[in-house]
Amino acid sequence: MSTMIETRELRFAYPADEGQKPVFALRGVDLEIEKGSFVVVLGHNGSGKSTLAKTFNGVLLPAGGKVYVEGMDTLDESLLLAIRQRVGMVFQNPDNQIVANVVEEDVAFAPENLGVPTEEIRRRVDDALKAVGMYEFVTHAPHLLSGGQKQRIAIAGVIAMEPDCIVLDEATAMLDPIGRQEVLSTVHRLNMEKGITVILITHHMNEAEDADRVIVMDDGKVAMDGTPREVFVQVEDLRAMGLTVPDTVDLLDRLHKDGLPVPLDALTVEACADAITAALRGN
Amino acid sequence: MLKDITLGQYFPGTTVAHKLDPRTKILLVVLYIVALFCAKSLVTYGLMALCLAVCVYISKVSIKALVRGLKPVLFIIIFTGILNLFFTPGDRYLVEWGFLHISDTGLRNAVFMVLRIMLLIMGTFLMTYTTSPISLTDGLERLLNGLKKLHVPVHELAMMMSIALRFIPTLIEETDKIMSAQKARGADFESGNLIQKAKALIPILVPLFISAFRRADELATAMECRCYHGGEGRTKLHVLQYQRRDYIALALGVLICAGVIVLRQFGL
Amino acid sequence: MEPILQIKNLTHTYGIGTPFQRSAVEDMSFEVYGGEFLGIIGHTGSGKSTLIQHLNGLLKPTGGQILLNGKDIWAEPKKIRDVRFRVGLVFQYPEYQLFEETVYKDIAFGPTNQGKTGEELDRCVRESARLVGIRDDQLDKSPFELSGGQKRRVALAGVLAMEPEVLILDEPTAGLDPAGRENLMANIRDYHRNKNKTIILVSHSMDEIAQNVDRILVLKSARVLMSGAPAEVFARAEELITAGLDVPQVTRIAMALKARGMDIDPAVYTVEALEQEILALRKGGAPC
Repeated sequence: MSTMIETRELRFAYPADEGQKPVFALRGVDLEIEKGSFVVVLGHNGSGKSTLAKTFNGVLLPAGGKVYVEGMDTLDESLLLAIRQRVGMVFQNPDNQIVANVVEEDVAFAPENLGVPTEEIRRRVDDALKAVGMYEFVTHAPHLLSGGQKQRIAIAGVIAMEPDCIVLDEATAMLDPIGRQEVLSTVHRLNMEKGITVILITHHMNEAEDADRVIVMDDGKVAMDGTPREVFVQVEDLRAMGLTVPDTVDLLDRLHKDGLPVPLDALTVEACADAITAALRGN
Repeated sequence: MLKDITLGQYFPGTTVAHKLDPRTKILLVVLYIVALFCAKSLVTYGLMALCLAVCVYISKVSIKALVRGLKPVLFIIIFTGILNLFFTPGDRYLVEWGFLHISDTGLRNAVFMVLRIMLLIMGTFLMTYTTSPISLTDGLERLLNGLKKLHVPVHELAMMMSIALRFIPTLIEETDKIMSAQKARGADFESGNLIQKAKALIPILVPLFISAFRRADELATAMECRCYHGGEGRTKLHVLQYQRRDYIALALGVLICAGVIVLRQFGL
Repeated sequence: MEPILQIKNLTHTYGIGTPFQRSAVEDMSFEVYGGEFLGIIGHTGSGKSTLIQHLNGLLKPTGGQILLNGKDIWAEPKKIRDVRFRVGLVFQYPEYQLFEETVYKDIAFGPTNQGKTGEELDRCVRESARLVGIRDDQLDKSPFELSGGQKRRVALAGVLAMEPEVLILDEPTAGLDPAGRENLMANIRDYHRNKNKTIILVSHSMDEIAQNVDRILVLKSARVLMSGAPAEVFARAEELITAGLDVPQVTRIAMALKARGMDIDPAVYTVEALEQEILALRKGGAPC
């Protein structure tokens, strides 16, 4: 498989107050994200996860090292538009990324900017709204929709650019459980059906259960990187980084210490129940 | 509640008045205003009133809503009426009352002036009632397109206007929330004199401004991420295109306006 | 125990007489007892926000009554401000209400409106700052220099400083990371334990409710669906799930184990309790 995004010794610092040393939010990040994969980036507030996301389409530019999007260097200003068309970004607050006061006008915003012909815009808007399950709201006013629906409109607005990758920068943080579920199932479907690479930045551990790969950020560096099973069994280390593990893993970890022969990597409720049943019966 | 304020005052519909191109409607209103200011006799005023009545009938906008639109300017209408009525010198005085007097020209002027203001306001309101703010902005942008050559930032102004329209409901909701939060901390917005009342607004205005700036900042980033780079090379989902009905409406408008000017030459 | 708040047939209908008429709260009746930690859970649109804004008199009921210590809060509409001091309400994302130049002044806004001055005011401000973990040296800073989590603490202190008898928290941990969430809830639990004041916690998260409260009130479509101790409510997990609500993950594991023929109480909702249940099974020999 080919590489969607690659970072090399990526460093980034936010401007500091006068007389103070700049604090590095990213301190040497080397990553390669494969095309078509579903990647979840976890970390507590201030771990650098959101900063990392913003370097993926040139909203923030590296202070050291490089970010390549499909081989294009984000520091090359002439490539910026092409990079942003390839990597769409959805942000935390749904209200602050909706531009127009009619749903279809908002979804059309990016293709309009890209100079796509009118008939083609119409097709893309309709396709994008269907892909996120919001087609029936095509002429609605976005401010009257629920949080989850607004985020799906924002995702549609990004898909209308026909990107290869979507980055969701804590896009579920302000939503209620239903809205979160709506957004998650939408991006999972886009990943499966359209093969769009998804990079989901979050601090909700259970959103990582179905990911292909989990990256845990801590103190501006990659602290863990692997499949959800590989990452979640490191219960102590995750806790030390200010993250909680799913209750399933917590329970298995405790039972394991109590001497029950259970595996640690049964993440879902069903798998966990199966593992415990097997261990008890085997006794 | 703040939410009850209707802004933009657009009543969606499917009548010809709604379907006309916004540019046509803007041009018609301009013609209408020109004609109104040229009218100076009962005949021409009657003609203008008739035009408005026909448009209202076609648009199916309720007369009630139109009259409601007059309310905020009621004071100005009455004031102009009284001023014209009592203080216009004339050849013949109908009533004299100390320094107050009503002359025949005064009466005439008062009636016409009041009529003119009312027709003017109802006419423009009819346009905003039948045109969504966004297509109005669109229409203005296209009409003023020529000014781009004179380095007037037409696209930027239109974009600003449509974003402002988009954020009005959001900010109203936010104001409501902040007010409730401060009331929960015992803030009192009702009692006290003017200065105290103005001071009581600080706990609302400061958070509102901070939030508006934060929103503006985040919106700008989100727009850039969606490849916004100014008006150059932009295409549109909805392209404005004149239809047959627009040409007919414009022809009628020009005809009536010209008619009023001609009638004026004949002293009517 | 004496009820501190009594909600009697509370109804709130928006837009009466218009085509948009809609009841956000319909015929709700329940009691809140002095010193208890009550959790309210329900979807967006279940009437939670409308309900809590009635409890401190921000909204006026269109039907029914709210009694605070046995007295109708709307008996004297002019004195409704006193009710707001006695029933403190912390809104969702309260950090967006900060406006003063310093943290100290912002926390002092509520108690000053209350008429507190001098030493009493100073004590209230410093004590509530301490309760939420704001250090003394942070009091002279601008609230806008603080981090998101700290801003939220300042806003919370601003309500605590009014020393309310009842504290209502609307989604206090929304948007915080797990560590931030846990820290803030620990502060709130400490406050409850040390001050013995009534707390009403509104949350989307079943897990958060399960771990903190004595009693749960479940709302659905503007009405009270069920209420009771966590174990009682989670014993009706099936009903909750049918109503489209979440149950704690631990309860779901317990239910899955029960479905596999294990002798486990499906109403357990903490990891520790479930661990004990499972270990008991092992000691008791083969479970099936």
